[in-house]
Amino acid sequence: MNMPFYVSPEQLMKDRADFARKGIARGRSVVVLAYDGGIAFATENPSRALHKISEIYDRIGFAAVGKYNEFENLRVAGVRYADLRGYTYDRSDVTARGLANAYAQILGTVFITESKPLEVELVVAEVGATAEDDQIYRLTYDGTVADEHGHVVMGGQAEQLGRKVGEGWRADMTLGEALRLAVTVLGSSDGGTPRTIEPGQLEVAVLERARPRRAFRRLTRQALAELLAEAPGETESGGEGGTATPQAAPASSESAEPTESAESTEPESTEPTGTTESTGSGESTGSDESSGAAEPSESSDGDDSTPEPPAAPREGPPQD
Amino acid sequence: MDGFGGGPGGRGQGRLPDAFLRPGSSSFVEFLAEHAPDRLPGAIGAGGSIGAAGAVAGQGGYPRDLAPHATTIVAVTFDGGGAAGADGGSAATGSSGGVVMAGDRRATAGPMIASRSIEKVFPADEYSAVGIAGAAGIGIELVKLYQLELEHYEKIEGSLLSLEGKANRLATMLRGNLPMAMQGLTVVPLFAGYDLERNQGRIFSYDPTGGCYEEREHHGVGSGSLFARGAMKKLWRRDLDAAGAVGVAVEALYDAADDDSATGGPDTVRRIFPVVASVTAAGYSRLPDDDVAAVAERIADERRERGSLA
Repeated sequence: MNMPFYVSPEQLMKDRADFARKGIARGRSVVVLAYDGGIAFATENPSRALHKISEIYDRIGFAAVGKYNEFENLRVAGVRYADLRGYTYDRSDVTARGLANAYAQILGTVFITESKPLEVELVVAEVGATAEDDQIYRLTYDGTVADEHGHVVMGGQAEQLGRKVGEGWRADMTLGEALRLAVTVLGSSDGGTPRTIEPGQLEVAVLERARPRRAFRRLTRQALAELLAEAPGETESGGEGGTATPQAAPASSESAEPTESAESTEPESTEPTGTTESTGSGESTGSDESSGAAEPSESSDGDDSTPEPPAAPREGPPQD
Repeated sequence: MDGFGGGPGGRGQGRLPDAFLRPGSSSFVEFLAEHAPDRLPGAIGAGGSIGAAGAVAGQGGYPRDLAPHATTIVAVTFDGGGAAGADGGSAATGSSGGVVMAGDRRATAGPMIASRSIEKVFPADEYSAVGIAGAAGIGIELVKLYQLELEHYEKIEGSLLSLEGKANRLATMLRGNLPMAMQGLTVVPLFAGYDLERNQGRIFSYDPTGGCYEEREHHGVGSGSLFARGAMKKLWRRDLDAAGAVGVAVEALYDAADDDSATGGPDTVRRIFPVVASVTAAGYSRLPDDDVAAVAERIADERRERGSLA
């Protein structure tokens, strides 16, 4: 009588994948894209202290979406891994590929063996000597590693936003062009009307190829404002029909999250900066099967393809 | 539910050990001591190598004759042009002060010159420099670990340590070398940096037991420091600017090399000149060799003109 119900492995994996996907889809998207001088990371994040984009090593950067405490733990592990490796051998022996493999093992093992998968999605990017040597790896909750080229979007509506970035992206974009594209795309994440995101609400960092050793640099609000304002009329890189100059008058409270107060009742909640809002239109991150399918395909899993925000029912349980 | 993957047994295979994922310390040295103590340099943290050092001392004479020793390091603070007289008030960015650190290029093993071109002044991080005198191998390893320690903290915490924090961290790491110091393999660092809160350059000296002392105006360590300090006492002025401080540091090394056999002077034949670095609000920067060469030449010219034979 104490015997557990039989659950088929397929069902088990699917449940876990759905669970992780829902958690991830609630977060704000992160856009990672190459530009002519390196690799840029951008996300909407009003917090100055709780970063979603970080430095791992000299030429390696890290970006994450999902539960803050989980990816923060992975970030610290990555810094330790890289520093230990560089200390044991040489600084040039620390590579994004090695780090991505280490992360993949953690994510994959937790997905299979722990009671709950990690609700995170990561990008590990390394800027090389030339653009051809750049590496961008995307890791999903189940340990899948995908080698991306040029650009990648993760988080809520990754599929849809990724397509928009793909339309506007060119390999030889300047930093200003790349960031304007990224911000325009981030601003269109609500599905409905595109909105402008002011520089103070953005977290932006770059891996600059030209910098001598530590390539990682955060862009200050002021530097960001200048870059975004460079050519206000620019439309072709936006891919959004020139909906708006990416930075404009102080954005109203749209990015201050009306949902924040409700969401952040738990201090440890997924994204400390409020998370629910981006999930308005169904999720698109889903690859159905657990490990095999790396690329998020436009699958709409039967159970939550409705516009109903999947966040609502799942507020409490995962946070502990 | 747990029929899959073997539960906790599944850990450990191909996955990073738990130490990597454990929340807590921002210190790389602590992480290393916990996870891979065998990779700590010398005796830091582990007393195991005392016996080894003793054996070395026993069979081959003094360690001082075996291991290359680095010699003189000096550091000189300066106040910047406009800030003469006023203390904290001139903190406004711009031509505020900083500190210059310089080290000669010689390493000795007993009476032998072990290296003519060793470098003993390093950036500790963006806003500080560290120079080492004493056993070169241990010192350079210590610096390497110290640089990593500061960078590790910065990456994990997302902010820089305070200047005192950095100075104290170095003291702790140095304390771990005490057993080696007792055997004769002493390392004495000199730490200098730009204090972003006080907007001034500051200097910290150490003793082999890990004592950390703040120095005022200028300081020197190493075998030639006696002479270098004497020179700096006469040359240092309150209104030095960056170029003036470089001049004082290079001249102090010149005097040290004059009287200390273990300190190397400017080598105009091989074109080897002291390493000179300045740390200001703009960060650490090392002076190009050509600039140092010009300063060294100017000092030599001045002395030639003076015509003193002593």
